[in-house]
Amino acid sequence: MTKKEQQNVTPYKWVGKKNPPVENHRFVLGSGTYVDDIKMDNMHHAALVPSPYAHAAIKSIDTSEALNVPGVIAVVTGEDIVQSTNPLKQYLEIPGVDWYPLAAGSVKYAGEWVAAVVAEDRFIAEDAAELVKVEYEPLPNVLDPEKAMSDNAVPVHDKHPSNIMWQRKFTWGEVESDFNDSDDEIEFRCRWNRNSTVPLETFGVITKWDEGRKILDVWASIQMPQYPEQIAEALKIPLNCVRVHYDVDVGGSYGVKRGIKHTVLVGYISKRYGVPVKLIEDRLENMRGSDMHGPDRIFDVKAAFDKNGKINSLKMRTIDDEGAYPGRSPLQMGKPIGAIVGAYKIKSVEYEGVAVTTNKTGQVAVRGFGQSPTNFAIEMAVDKVAKKLGLSPIEIRKQNFIQPQDFPYQIPSGTTYDSGDYPAVLNKALKLANYEKLLKWQEEERKKGRMIGIGVATCIEPGGGNALFEPLLNPKNDKTTFPESCQVKVDQKGKVTASIAFSSAGQGHQTLVATILAEELNIDRDDIRVVYSDSLSSLPSQSPVASRMAIVLGGATSGAARRIKDKMIKIAAHNLNEPPEQLYWDGSTVKCNNNSHKELTWDEIVKIAHITYHKMPEGMDPGIQSQFVLEVPTGGTLPTPDGKVQMYPCYSFSAHIPVVELNPDTGKVEFLNYYIADDCGTVINPDIVKGMVVGGVAHGIGAALYEQFSYDNNGQMIAQTFMDYLLPSTMEVPHIDIVKHCTPSPLTSMGQKGVGEGGYMSAPAAIVNAVNDALVPFDSEISHVPITPYDVIQKIFINKGGTHIV
Amino acid sequence: MSNHKVQIEVNGKNIEAEVSGRTHLADFLRNNLNLTGTHIGCEHGVCGCCTVLMDEEPIRSCIILAVQADGHKIKTVEGMSEINQETGKRELSNIQKAFWEGHGLQCGFCTPGMLLTTEALLAENPDPTDQEIREALSGNICRCTGYLQIVEAVKLAAKMNKNSTLVYLPEEV
Ligand code: FES
Ligand code: FES
Repeated sequence: MTKKEQQNVTPYKWVGKKNPPVENHRFVLGSGTYVDDIKMDNMHHAALVPSPYAHAAIKSIDTSEALNVPGVIAVVTGEDIVQSTNPLKQYLEIPGVDWYPLAAGSVKYAGEWVAAVVAEDRFIAEDAAELVKVEYEPLPNVLDPEKAMSDNAVPVHDKHPSNIMWQRKFTWGEVESDFNDSDDEIEFRCRWNRNSTVPLETFGVITKWDEGRKILDVWASIQMPQYPEQIAEALKIPLNCVRVHYDVDVGGSYGVKRGIKHTVLVGYISKRYGVPVKLIEDRLENMRGSDMHGPDRIFDVKAAFDKNGKINSLKMRTIDDEGAYPGRSPLQMGKPIGAIVGAYKIKSVEYEGVAVTTNKTGQVAVRGFGQSPTNFAIEMAVDKVAKKLGLSPIEIRKQNFIQPQDFPYQIPSGTTYDSGDYPAVLNKALKLANYEKLLKWQEEERKKGRMIGIGVATCIEPGGGNALFEPLLNPKNDKTTFPESCQVKVDQKGKVTASIAFSSAGQGHQTLVATILAEELNIDRDDIRVVYSDSLSSLPSQSPVASRMAIVLGGATSGAARRIKDKMIKIAAHNLNEPPEQLYWDGSTVKCNNNSHKELTWDEIVKIAHITYHKMPEGMDPGIQSQFVLEVPTGGTLPTPDGKVQMYPCYSFSAHIPVVELNPDTGKVEFLNYYIADDCGTVINPDIVKGMVVGGVAHGIGAALYEQFSYDNNGQMIAQTFMDYLLPSTMEVPHIDIVKHCTPSPLTSMGQKGVGEGGYMSAPAAIVNAVNDALVPFDSEISHVPITPYDVIQKIFINKGGTHIV
Repeated sequence: MSNHKVQIEVNGKNIEAEVSGRTHLADFLRNNLNLTGTHIGCEHGVCGCCTVLMDEEPIRSCIILAVQADGHKIKTVEGMSEINQETGKRELSNIQKAFWEGHGLQCGFCTPGMLLTTEALLAENPDPTDQEIREALSGNICRCTGYLQIVEAVKLAAKMNKNSTLVYLPEEV
């Protein structure tokens, strides 16, 4: 080991060490508890009636036949819901744009729910749903977001004549003069088509209203900030009447498990009809009517640069097709503001976002919250500048990187990046890929006619979830608090239990908390229990979004553990008759600096706290317990009126180098290798981090090459099943080689940063750059995702003198 | 809807039941037998979440009917671990231990299907290459892991099967 490497070895005993995640036990047993595994007495089931039209007025709904089916207890329509509930929360609060669980008055996309049938059995509910007769009057629809923006477009929401839900142009720095002063510029359009992370478990929820206790109990497959608040608000009941049970395993989410409309619907039914109700989407429901699609964007990008490759300024306009209900999704154009220059020292930026409604299913938060599409546009711009100047993708990046000595570094939009060493990480990736040799090999193979592409992307992953895009896009919403909390207790037998207040979807939060507690308290990780509480017995939480749990929950856990230690030291000081400053932890025993005979073990202190109160310092509470609520580091400040904002606290970084081969006959893009160097600060559990990075890449491969929710001209979604919405399998996701780097964050308890989204934020950019590198000899380029075999073949065909494949 | 009597051996236990003709095997296992380890991801035969073994062969329990399983032997994830009669403790199979140890999962939703497909693979090919593992698992989608740690877990399981002294996790859990 070199000296430098020695220095990098952490002093930790548990943190960063390979130690199988604790959650894995129940999952390999098959004893995870997902929402559909939960059953209760008298449980009823809801089935949905979807709209066959993309846009239509609802003329009448005849529920009589369905109601006659034995076992059916109710058929609920939009009118019932509108009368009894508040509209679902949408973060822009646009007058005339109301969203309810069931359509009222008109349907705004094909698949939108029109009615719900409630029955004692799911078969009965589904059968009866087919008997609900809805009379529609079809209306013209609008599907293209740019057409939807025009003055004479059909309004999706008739009470809001314009389909533009939000539009704002930000200018940070001297954009015009930087453009004028630069030697050259490029301009292009690129397109990120509609996809989503599509977990294998669909969304599901069970609600039960207890009239005696006045509590709505909720079990759901959920990953969503402010879920209990929004349920209470929509159902017009006090927040302390809603109890969301978080001890439910979520079968994947990656941002999208936000079934608020489902929950309000069944919550309403439970309360109104006095029965527990379960709603589990089937796959079609999930894909078509769940309002769970991801960003759908057109980018227009300009970059100004000097001959030496220095990029000076950037202009980016993005139009996002939100679908029918904007919900929370326009905020996904806000988050990238906190990393709008990527990893590069670009002096000034003009950024315009436009959120547009169309007659498609609504969008929701997807892994990365809009950063992945934006990174795709930024990285494409960087490659284009390089190409125009005849520089390599490596040279252009090294030339423009923010340098290690520049941190903390403030980008033009007002966000400060905490730390990083981008050149070192890129160098590690180059070394891993044996880049120079790879280039030579590519040249040789090209001569033989093979279409080999080597892609490079060096992307930022903002982590920590400081939801300041909320006030940025909607100044009426002055929310700046985005905390996480941890409660810890040491019981009478000295065992430690921590409780957290949200559900997990595979991110390993129990392992995270147990590892940090083991480290802080110097006890065995596997003796620690971490439980999920419920929304009534818990402290504030904003749920595991935005790669924030290692950062914020990790910090709260450390904070709670340190309070436990403080108390134990005080108890020891009192009993050893020494000032606390003279005491220190050795293992989990408190020892004394100046007297090696004086010590109190963990168990002895526990006994004093729980049993022998006469030995406690005066006025101290019995027992050993603590809680810690941590605001996101750097949080708590509103954006400035000109739109400068500290978006997130921590900035991870990775360099991706995929090597692809295009098949000239089939157009298939195949991976030969995939190399990553990744820096997410201090790693808490290496297995979990590796899984997050690789899993993110798999999503990125899907977005780049396979997945699209495509619509036909009538607004019918074409890719409705897994036969046509293609999820990458073991055959499409290659082996991936990863090398780690660690630049600790100065803002967190152990130097950790976020890692849940970086793979997804970098892979599409890297893969598109790789495909375009393979197309260099054909003098063509593809600037949209997903890149289909057809796209590739067409480029080859045109290069050979053809015009267009039909 | 017609009802049918079926006799199915599930995890070594003989089950006699009456099921409606349209109940698929996954629903039967989950709802009638409460074996909720079998998960449902698509109900159209693509994702592999619902994979169980029928007479040692992996099948998709969402696209076969319970009546079609009449007279057959079914193994679900619940049947992969066993209670040790002497100690009374539940013991995991090597494949389960390897997926735990190798972190061949995240949310656990695809995991039962992955485990059972792996069991069928290793029964047929005790020492598969990476490529053979990938081919065998190509019908099981995982949205979380990107498969790398799954492939590693399968290799670890193969190693553990061959060398009984290789114990990564406690025998008794
Ligand atoms: S649920 Fe059976 S294959 Fe997807
Ligand atoms: S572990 Fe979540 S789908 Fe595979």
